[in-house]
Amino acid sequence: MKFFNFIYSLFFRSNFFPIVFILTVIGIFWYLIAIPMNTEKVERKFKNLNSTEKIIQSWNLEKPKLPTPHQIVKEIVNTVFFKKITSKRSLVYHGWITLEATLAGFFLGTVLGILLALGIVHNRAMDLSVMPWVIASQTVPILAIAPMIIVVMNSVGVTGLLPKAIISMYLSFFPVVVGMVKGLRSPDQMQIDQMRTWSASSNQLLWKLRFPSSVPYLFASLKVGIAASLVGAIVGELPSGAIAGLGARMLAGTYYGQTIMIWSALFTAAFLAAFLVITINFIQNYTLKKMAILT
Amino acid sequence: MISVKDVDLIFETNDGPVHALKDVSLEVEEGDFVSFIGPSGCGKTTLLRAIAALEIPTKGHLTVNGKSPDDARIDREYGYVFQAAGLYPWRTVEGNIKLPLEIMGYSQTEKKERIQKVIELVELKGFEKKFPWQLSGGMQQRASIARALAFDANILLMDEPFGALDEIVRDRLNSELLDLWMQTKKTICFVTHSIPEAVFLSTKIVVMSPRPGRITDVIKSTLPNKRELNIRDSQEFIKIAQRVREGLKSGHQDEVL
Repeated sequence: MKFFNFIYSLFFRSNFFPIVFILTVIGIFWYLIAIPMNTEKVERKFKNLNSTEKIIQSWNLEKPKLPTPHQIVKEIVNTVFFKKITSKRSLVYHGWITLEATLAGFFLGTVLGILLALGIVHNRAMDLSVMPWVIASQTVPILAIAPMIIVVMNSVGVTGLLPKAIISMYLSFFPVVVGMVKGLRSPDQMQIDQMRTWSASSNQLLWKLRFPSSVPYLFASLKVGIAASLVGAIVGELPSGAIAGLGARMLAGTYYGQTIMIWSALFTAAFLAAFLVITINFIQNYTLKKMAILT
Repeated sequence: MISVKDVDLIFETNDGPVHALKDVSLEVEEGDFVSFIGPSGCGKTTLLRAIAALEIPTKGHLTVNGKSPDDARIDREYGYVFQAAGLYPWRTVEGNIKLPLEIMGYSQTEKKERIQKVIELVELKGFEKKFPWQLSGGMQQRASIARALAFDANILLMDEPFGALDEIVRDRLNSELLDLWMQTKKTICFVTHSIPEAVFLSTKIVVMSPRPGRITDVIKSTLPNKRELNIRDSQEFIKIAQRVREGLKSGHQDEVL
């Protein structure tokens, strides 16, 4: 009975079944698409195959146009678990390099975003002038700016983590500014009047009312921000001729036609992003529960 | 205590100026329980907010404890209870009451003593550690009153504090408020749109009417200070209520003419 209940809730109450279903559909679609995409290569490589053999070969090429899921999984497992993590062929090594830059950029972006939001909320001149620039900054394609940041910083002798972190910050501060401005302004007029009747200082208004009110908004922004940070770090690795990091791995993959390598780096990046967002989600739930906002 | 002389207050809106208060004069003495009653738009809340220095009169003279309203606000001479309880969801009842005390810089021991005292006063004992969402609307409003009583202000300004509550809870809170007023000897200004509430609570009823917001009648209550709920069936109570009703009606006739 207990077991039955477990199965029942797994299928109809949780999101387990829908997720598995969608993954299955995508998987089937993927394998189907891989056949026509890779047939040309198979025909060039092997002669006199019957159609079943052709299909199986198209799913197992060494340098396919479109690698299949099992090839990617095999490559990821191989490069994550069966290589020394200090090895240049280990995805853990490359993932860590990218993660470092992501976290540094995320930290910088969050600090910058919160500071800008505080300025916008507290200073009328900043309120009127900063937001258009913040929005304009995000309309410039990051791919155009990233090489310039790398080159400029390189010329003053700054290399490695920091330039990537700056690009990462450039992408991640934006959601934080937008969310925090909204959050800091979320107390209603009555709550602000209430503070006025106690003749609270603007510091007290900030720390006791505005800041606690903004926490749910901050977390929503952080979730967008950390994903953007990861994108920034990867983009930062593309133009610099970097030799390490998931971005560098993707670049190397395209140079040598190693599609499996590109896709495995891509998936690792996606898993990393999911892991980061879930982590923030976890901290959010804990904090909001502690603050009794989420019950 | 509170002196209002020839006060005019005009709001500039997109549809032109709105005369929220016109030639309003009023004296509130120490220990008074004054109710402001009138239809919406009569400026009763605006008058209360002007006393609290949340609005600035366009013309006229207003003093609170002999000071300008803004100085009185800075010196924390009054506690203000809003229509909504406005408790912080991330603070417990205790934490909410502590909030103004933190802002005003009371010592740790004094904070504790005062919280203890007002929680007993509003009968919220045993609920100190509860969060606002765990309380009923009436209890939230009691916590909000406790918060306004926690510091040393001898004036209590209340803007329809029981407006959103049902009648049974409201009756109970009304008699509790009367007890509280007798115990603490505070001066209370109370905005309401309920005639029985105004008559039951007040020593002085200020009847107001809209467009422009003005005072049409000031009624000194002849009821004794100590009142039970059943006083509402007495002849005297009904007579005062009648006079309030007439005051409200006459304000309406002015508008037609």
